[in-house]
Parts: sequence; structure tokens; C-alpha cells
Amino acid sequence: MITTLLSGDRMGSRALTAILAAIVLALAFAPFIFPGTRALDVAAKVCVFVLLVASYDLLLGYTGIVSFAHTMFFGIGGYGVAIALSRMEVGWAALAAGTLAALALSLALSFLIGLFSLRVKAIFFAMITLAVASFFQILASQLSGLTGGEDGLTFRIPELLRPRLAAYYLVFGAALALFLALLRVVNSPFGRVLLSIRENEFRAEALGYRTVVYRTIANCLGALVATLAGALYALWLRYTGPNTTLDFAIMIDILLMVVIGGMGTMYGAVIGAAIFVVAQNYLQAGMKALSESLKGAPLLPELFHPDRWLLWLGVLFVLSVYYFPRGIVGQLRAVR
Amino acid sequence: MTGTHPVLETRDLTIRFGGHVAVDAVSCRFDPGTLTAIVGPNGAGKTTYFNLVSGQLPATGGQVLLYGEDVTRAPAPLRTRKGMGRAFQLTNLFPNLPVLENVRLAVQARAGLGLNLVSMWSAHVELIERAEHYLERVSLLERRATLAAELSHGDQRKLEVAILLALEPDIFMFDEPTAGMSVDEVPVILDLIHEIKAQKDKTILLVEHKMDVVRSLADRIIVLHQGQLVADGQPEEVIASPVVQEAYLGVGKSA
Ligand SMILES: Nc1ncnc2c1ncn2[C@@H]1O[C@H](COP(=O)(O)OP(=O)(O)OP(=O)(O)O)[C@@H](O)[C@H]1O
Ligand SMILES: [Mg+2]
Repeated sequence: MITTLLSGDRMGSRALTAILAAIVLALAFAPFIFPGTRALDVAAKVCVFVLLVASYDLLLGYTGIVSFAHTMFFGIGGYGVAIALSRMEVGWAALAAGTLAALALSLALSFLIGLFSLRVKAIFFAMITLAVASFFQILASQLSGLTGGEDGLTFRIPELLRPRLAAYYLVFGAALALFLALLRVVNSPFGRVLLSIRENEFRAEALGYRTVVYRTIANCLGALVATLAGALYALWLRYTGPNTTLDFAIMIDILLMVVIGGMGTMYGAVIGAAIFVVAQNYLQAGMKALSESLKGAPLLPELFHPDRWLLWLGVLFVLSVYYFPRGIVGQLRAVR
Repeated sequence: MTGTHPVLETRDLTIRFGGHVAVDAVSCRFDPGTLTAIVGPNGAGKTTYFNLVSGQLPATGGQVLLYGEDVTRAPAPLRTRKGMGRAFQLTNLFPNLPVLENVRLAVQARAGLGLNLVSMWSAHVELIERAEHYLERVSLLERRATLAAELSHGDQRKLEVAILLALEPDIFMFDEPTAGMSVDEVPVILDLIHEIKAQKDKTILLVEHKMDVVRSLADRIIVLHQGQLVADGQPEEVIASPVVQEAYLGVGKSA
């Protein structure tokens, strides 16, 4: 049962199983374990980013595709929901219309990007995605009549989802289901071909796999899941703007989460996103406490001043990449 | 489609790298049940000829015909699906995947299951069993869980052959399959090639430097020299011919 649910993807480490179980349980009961809106916000953001990072891992970790357009698809999902809910009558029909339109646009865009550039060198593909994503960012800020420009769009959501508890469980349930679906994809015969492409594309072709087809499908799937993650995030925030979706800072966050968790592992997305989002939200508070407790000591309070939190986050990344080059999941599996 | 056409034919097949003509207007037909050895000194263009036939390199001139159908512009995967199978001279594996998975991917390609996104790969037990069968045939089954990169050179060569077997092609293209193998490993591969020959309906192309191997296996020998086909015929004739003595054996290349 559990094996089928996880598509036979072995944890390969007791510690990993324990950590994942703890994260999933914490997310499942977050509204009851962690009081306060801030905590629930963090939990919902973790759910969304697990999904977003997992869909990026499908590209980077499993297929070896380097794309910088992932936040664009995330944004398309967010804006799809936001535009539909702010222009149409608020309700399920608007939500469905916005989500479906966003999915269609993402599918078309990812297919076109794939068609024109997946055949060529990886670096060229990366540049194309970078260019398209920048263009999309500019477009979103220019079309302010539609997108709200830099301010973004604030909107109302369907009645049933207005209680935070209901909205949270929609986000959690959808993220869990989609994550398990991705886990199935990477453990399917198709997913194995993706691995072979990452390993030796030339040989995969010689076996008879038309790798460009596989890469295009992976690219489209990754884009669709990122779109859904964007839609979920918009529903949770009841807001979509450039800084919550399209910003390149988010693209970098995704990259870091994949690397910290462990590329090509899927489970790494869960751990990477959980650690990252929690650190992003609580490091500052933790440092404030630390800094105050060190009051009187020379230099130390300054060093741990809350304003330095970004510096410490950076230090944490460098250390984690240095000590766990294969990510946390890779490391846990190796010690076993 | 079969019948009147040879299984495989090249007509004036040519590739130029800048000014250098690596394969120069090679015309040749290959028939089922026949093992053709392709010999020639280093740099003669043997591997490049294979690359043109199986689609790893685009020809600058001439044609490749598969069952009479022009596949000169067809991409490599399509040629594989039409029955060509290739073992590479320079070992060409999935280094960070287990030995078994290297072969299973070939079995899966042959079964046409690659676009299945919804089932678990591990649920297709028959594919795994077939992969194990091919590993057993090259005596590599004990190493099934080892990463391909961690195999010895000889074992990597065997794995390369197991992958080719797993593709179940009509046309087998071996590029120096025993090169760099220790003496006791070579018979495994040679026995396998004998077995494939015994099936009668397979077309086998074998690039090989070792003349004793060529003598024991070949029904026919073609000689490439500086990209050109300079001799083609029965093994004894070709080996005895002056052009071969001079162009190839005379160079003292027999190891
Ligand atoms: N991609 C390439 N670009 C430029 N030159 C190439 C390329 N591939 C092969 N050549 C050249 O073509 C010639 C034929 O090489 P090839 O590898 O086919 O020889 P070979 O007969 O297989 O030799 P060996 O017995 O050493 O394997 C060589 O001079 C080689 O340098
Ligand atoms: Mg060669």
C-alpha cells in the first residue's frame, strides 16, 4: 500500500524515513500543532514549495535540463487564478477557468520553448528560458491593467475556502497528491528513460529513445505542475504579484532548495523546501533572541544582529553544499 | 519489403571532416546469416562507417538503405527501432546506473514501453527477467547491482554486448568487442557471436583487429583503407590478396 503510494521509491535510509515522516506529519497537523497565522503561512508555503521544487527536480535532477523559466510557469498559475477571480464572479467556475487557462498557456509555452530549443545545447536552452522568463516579467509589469503591475492583484476566493483551515487543507491535499503523482512519474518506465538521458543522451538515442520527445514531455510536465503550485499559492495568499511569483530571487531559492535537498531524489524537494522556508521565516527571529542573549559580549551581538540573517542563510548554504554535495538525501542514503 | 532487397546496403557512403574524407564512397551490401568482418588499419574509417550506418553521424554523401528503404536522413533512434543494433568501440554506458538497469533500459526500449508514465518500472517484472537473462549470457549477472562506472574494463565491454543483445536487433554491429579484454574473457564474447550466427537470420558486422578472431568467425571480409573499400570477398582470398598484405597486414597490425 505505502509502497504503491510511493511508487516503490525506496527511502534507503532510516533517518531519511524518520525525517520525511516528521515533516509530512507536521504539515498534516500544522493547524493544530502550530498556533498562529504566521506558522500556518509558513506551513502552506512549505507545501507549495515542495511541489514547485519537486517539479523542478524532474527537470534538473532527473533529466538534466537547466531551465530558468520555472518561476514564469509558477507565475502563470498565480496570475491565472488572480485574474479570473478578480474579473469574473467569484466562485468555483472562475477558479476552474483561471486554472485551466493558466495550464493551457503553460503547456503551449513549455512546448514551444522545448520544440525550439531542446534539440540544441543545454546552455542555449538555459539562455532561452532566461530570456523568455525576463520577457514575461516585463510583460506582467507593463500590462498593469490586467495584472495590476508592480502592485499585483488582491482578490476574493470562493466562500468555502475562506476559512484558513479549509484553504490550508486544499493546499496540503493538492500538494501531497501532485507530489505522489510526480513520484510515480519518476519511477515509471518513462522516468527511467529520463535518468538515462541525464546519464548519457547519446546512448539513450542509440537504444531507440527519441530523447527530444522525452525531454519535451518532461519539460511540459514540470511546467504544468509549477503552474498548479502557482495557483495554489495564489489561493492561499489571495494575492498574486511579481514578487510572490515571477521574481528571479524565487528562481534562485528553487535552485538552492533542490541542491540542498538532493538533486534527482524527489524526497530532497520535501527536505530542501522545509528547511529553506523555515529558515527564511525563523532565522531572523532566532538570531534576534540569540543576539539579545549575547548582549554585553564583544562583537557577538553585532554578528548575530537580525539584520545579518541573509548573511547567515548564505553561510548555511555554502556549508551544506560543501559538506553534502549530493544534498541531504544523497548524504543520508550514503551513510545508511 | 524484404526479399529482393538486401537487409542493409550503403551506396557511395561518404563523410568529409573539413578536407579529410574519413569514409570515401563506400558501396556494400550485407545479407542475413552472414558475418562480415570489417578490417583496416587504425584511422581507416571503420568506426566512422558504423557511425554513418547507424545514424550517429550525418553522411555528407551517398545513401544508407535498410531493407531497401532510404534511411540516410533518419535519426539514430529510428534506425534502432527498425532493427539496427550497435555496440560501441569506446564503452558507452549509463555510468551511474546499476548494471542491470543499463540492460533493462535496452529491453524496455525494445518493448516500446518508454512512454508509459503511470506504471511503476519495477512492476514490469518480465523486463527485469529478460535483462537478467542477457546479463547471464555475458556472465555478468553477479554484478547486477554494481554501478556501470565501477566495473572493470572487460566487464564494461561485456555489458556493452549485453545491451546490444537486449535490443534484439536484426543487424548486429560489433566494434572491436574484445579489445582490451583479458584472454580468459574473450571466449565468452566469441561464443555469443557464434550463437548469433547460428540463428541464421541475423546480419552481423564485426570490426576486429585480431586476425585469428576474424578467421574463425567471418564469412566475408571487407577492407577499408583511408576511408575507401579496397577489398571485399571470401576470408582466405582477402587475407591473401596483395592489397591487404600491403595496406593492412603489411603494416604489422595484428594485435
Ligand atoms: N567527429 C570527427 N571529426 C573529425 N575527424 C574525425 C571524426 N571522427 C573520426 N574522424 C577521423 O576519421 C578517421 C577515421 O577514424 P575512425 O575512428 O573511423 O577509424 P577506425 O578505422 O575506427 O580506427 P581504429 O581502428 O583506431 O578504431 C580518423 O582520421 C579520425 O581522426
Ligand atoms: Mg574504430
